[in-house]
Amino acid sequence: MTDKLTKTGAAVGEPVATGKSAGKSAPSDAFLDVRDLKIHFPTDDGLVKSVDGLSFQLEKGKTLGIVGESGSGKSVTSLGIMGLHTVGQYGRQKAKISGEIWLNGRELLSADPDEVRRMRGREMAMIFQDPLSAMHPYYTVGNQIVEAYRVHNDVDKKTARRRAVELLDRVGIPEPAKRFDNYPHEFSGGMRQRAMIAMSLVNNPSLLIADEPTTALDVTVQAQILDLMRDLQKEFGSAVVIITHDLGVVAELADDILVMYGGRCVERGPAESVFYEPQHPYTWGLLGSMPRIDREQTERLIPVKGNPPSLINIPSGCAFNPRCPYADVPKGGITRTQRPELAPAGDRHFSACHMPQEERTRIWTEEIAPKL
Amino acid sequence: MLAYIVRRLFAVVAMLLVVTLVTLSIFFLIPKMTGSDPAAMFVGKQADPAAIEAVRQKLGLDEPLLVQFWHFVSGIFVGRDYTGGGDTIHCAAPCFGYSFRSEQDVWSMLVEAFPVTLSMVIGAAVLWLVLGVSTGVVSALKRGTVIDRVAMITALSGVSLPIFFTAMLAMLVFRTQLDWVDATYVPLSESFGGWFGGLLLPWVTLAFLYAAMYARLTRATMLEVLGEDYIRTARAKGLPESVVLGKHAMRSTMTPILTIFGMDLGALVGGAILTETAFSLHGLGALAIRGVNERDLPLILAVTLITAACVVVANLVVDLLYAVIDPRVRLA
Amino acid sequence: MEPLLKVTGLKKHFPIKKGLLQRQTGAVKAVDGIDFEVLPGETLGVVGESGCGKSTMGRLITRLLEPTDGRVEFQGKDISHLGVSGMRPFRRDIQMIFQDPYGSLNPRHTVGTIVSAPFKLQGVEPEGGVKKEVQRLLGLVGLNPEHYNRYPHEFSGGQRQRIGIARALALKPKLVVADEPVSALDVSIQAQVVNLLDDLQQELGLTYVIIAHDLSVIRHVSDRIAVMYLGKIVELADRKSLYENPMHPYTRALMSAVPIPDPRRRGAKSDRILLTGDVPSPIAPPPGCRFHTRCWKATDLCKTQEPPLVELRPGQRVACHHPENAELLTIPGARESVEITKAETKPEAKAEAEAKAEVETPASANADADADAPTEGGDAPKA
Repeated sequence: MTDKLTKTGAAVGEPVATGKSAGKSAPSDAFLDVRDLKIHFPTDDGLVKSVDGLSFQLEKGKTLGIVGESGSGKSVTSLGIMGLHTVGQYGRQKAKISGEIWLNGRELLSADPDEVRRMRGREMAMIFQDPLSAMHPYYTVGNQIVEAYRVHNDVDKKTARRRAVELLDRVGIPEPAKRFDNYPHEFSGGMRQRAMIAMSLVNNPSLLIADEPTTALDVTVQAQILDLMRDLQKEFGSAVVIITHDLGVVAELADDILVMYGGRCVERGPAESVFYEPQHPYTWGLLGSMPRIDREQTERLIPVKGNPPSLINIPSGCAFNPRCPYADVPKGGITRTQRPELAPAGDRHFSACHMPQEERTRIWTEEIAPKL
Repeated sequence: MLAYIVRRLFAVVAMLLVVTLVTLSIFFLIPKMTGSDPAAMFVGKQADPAAIEAVRQKLGLDEPLLVQFWHFVSGIFVGRDYTGGGDTIHCAAPCFGYSFRSEQDVWSMLVEAFPVTLSMVIGAAVLWLVLGVSTGVVSALKRGTVIDRVAMITALSGVSLPIFFTAMLAMLVFRTQLDWVDATYVPLSESFGGWFGGLLLPWVTLAFLYAAMYARLTRATMLEVLGEDYIRTARAKGLPESVVLGKHAMRSTMTPILTIFGMDLGALVGGAILTETAFSLHGLGALAIRGVNERDLPLILAVTLITAACVVVANLVVDLLYAVIDPRVRLA
Repeated sequence: MEPLLKVTGLKKHFPIKKGLLQRQTGAVKAVDGIDFEVLPGETLGVVGESGCGKSTMGRLITRLLEPTDGRVEFQGKDISHLGVSGMRPFRRDIQMIFQDPYGSLNPRHTVGTIVSAPFKLQGVEPEGGVKKEVQRLLGLVGLNPEHYNRYPHEFSGGQRQRIGIARALALKPKLVVADEPVSALDVSIQAQVVNLLDDLQQELGLTYVIIAHDLSVIRHVSDRIAVMYLGKIVELADRKSLYENPMHPYTRALMSAVPIPDPRRRGAKSDRILLTGDVPSPIAPPPGCRFHTRCWKATDLCKTQEPPLVELRPGQRVACHHPENAELLTIPGARESVEITKAETKPEAKAEAEAKAEVETPASANADADADAPTEGGDAPKA
């Protein structure tokens, strides 16, 4: 694995032009570069557009937080990057995936599936939400880690075992040599997630995707795991994509934030600007919906009205339009059926909203921020 | 674990005792209610009352139910003497008494019938396990395709067609029309070819029904397992598809299959009555039919007990096996 | 004011049977002696981690479970051991809202049938007829009354939770116990339901007991809050005192563990208290103070003597020998009660405890917890 392509600059680059005409475009400079990713699932009820044109970039050593509610396409995105979006899709009409995913100078969607398979677990690894169901109940924790190591490294069982114990120790499992032979159900929730992290790191992957890694855990254990992930990233220097619905978790870990709604990115930018100068009404809605532990709040919460859209019938134009409290703000002749594209809204900050930026800034600073 | 096994064994024994008692009392009480008399049955139709009374005493049929129960149970373990009319007949250790009709030792009848049933069931079991599971797996992996549909429609017909129908059909086609196979059972010890040929049709017929059930079960289980998070994890580790399916998915899929398999096997060894009747095989099932038709109390008692024992032991084995396969199952 | 609900010494132990003869070898002490009161019109929030007994407590006070010991009094009447018919009149006044908006509604019944079920069970004929009343209730919780004949699967998660709320409100209850009412919902929907509960309380004068693991939600909805740990209440205080000056070390650790949605506060994580290990098993809770195995202030006293829940500040009851924010002890006698217990320990105990906070929980304490709960285990002691 070479680091020569890694640049230390912006983790979120310019939105890539979505020209799909002439095959794949030039190799990317960014470590992870997702361009116009679309993942559609044909079903009896219609085409489910789980991800519908998503682009982002991520550098090594940086963390991108993808935030969204259920059905926003955030988990499918992560599975798509790993090439796992067809899991559980046996014999059905296969998911349709298009766009480009560049990892370390290699395009994954056009690559040989077996080559992508060999990259999984070695160059890119994944941590799942519920560590109990994510581990095979019939194999010991140690054996599952050994298996992950030996599939990519030609070593004997003893060496692999030593490596597994070393990692169990690194992620903070006491008596790792003894714990190696325990089954997943003999671990507590927090320990299981630690073991899961050990399993994902066993091959030193350069990209780590964590899908709701702490959602199933208690808050004190969540704090331990977030702490561990932060330390490990410093140590291993991987690029991390963390997918969560919890704004607290992204605020804790992410350098950049990408907000998803209805299968598309509505806003992305550095964590601070997304939290302090959010540019999209949906982001405002998320911030307003969230009860705060760090301040005495006497005001009512400001929820987003209505329900998330069905991914089969995503509204034409802006997917958020039916729920947007500012849908009626004049937008200079732009009709509701026109889809807003991501446009610069600050330093490395992009937002997909038809409202003029001055108007958005005014609404945020005068109407929303004071109430939060 | 040990405490669990001991407790389960106790339960097995208790269960068998209850089955014996119930069967015994049915045959003790029903004659009384209907006015017929086991002793009279034993002697035959034109018997004088003295002979019946002698037989009654000899077989101990005049004793209270619980005493008879005790004689029967102890007879199984230590043998039993029938005394009456001056002579004593000793019935050696696994003593299930004598048939009312043939006056044959019931145990020897069982010993004769058991290999027939066992041959038939084991052969069919191998066939249905292989066929059913592989069809189910292929169906699951090819879900929604023509292969899946054809397999599942075949399986549905296998489940719905009564076994005597498929048996008759098979005999008509393969025995009568094509004359491919022999009609009679030949013990394995005499000729492998004869044994194999004689049992081929019963195997296929019985296996067709069970393979169909297993194919459906395997397909459903496999589809469920393939949707599990740990299968996704296995793929995320970069394991080749062969390992993901062959190791991770198969192990979970086979667990419920083996459970059902053990219980089916137990139940069938106790008597596949329809199949045996259809193919005129003289196994335990045929014995059971005979016993009921001829109101042959000792025979019915013995077959019932053997059937119950097979089912209960199979259940125990399955439960213990389950604990070995699935580490989450704690036997306490 | 006369309390609406008064709980004293409430216990629920679930027996564990083992061995050849299935003798009872122990019990899961899910709720192990708690006392609290709920005043009319207020919201009592109950927080704690999984396994702390908060849900069992909810089922005890709604009498879905029968207590092993202790008393539950509703409006002064003891309902602890009433049977099905004895409870019937109280079922009108005490209603429950469940966490899972998918599992708690019968998928084969229409919304109308679900919401009107309480009328049938209680034999009540509402004014203007059942249908009219159900439609009024649907409107009240923000659903379209025209959807009377629809089935639960036709609704989204948030709407289903509204159906559950409508059902709970049908008989005009006095007390509503909500067990994790919003934790299965998305953030934006969660806020809608929180606001709805708020509005309904004001409109109908309801009293709530809201059980949740989310400290932010609890802070938003509650007037007073009980913090539970291993079947006990460790701290019971009004919202402001609890969140601004938590006195039990567990409360403090719990609150500091919540990630704050503010990237600039990331530096503030130095205040974070990382608890080591997991919650010990409720089958064999640690002796003395149950939190001592994970507490950085624990002394020998904590290992042997269980601290009672006493009022250390007005409106703030704490069960701890060495409370946090001890300088705030203003109640005469409170200071003494803590200091007296302190005096029993070695004089250097406090300094030692302080030092421990910097280092780690004693490994031996953790090992004890492990031994007690082989299946739970413990995470690594961590600085």
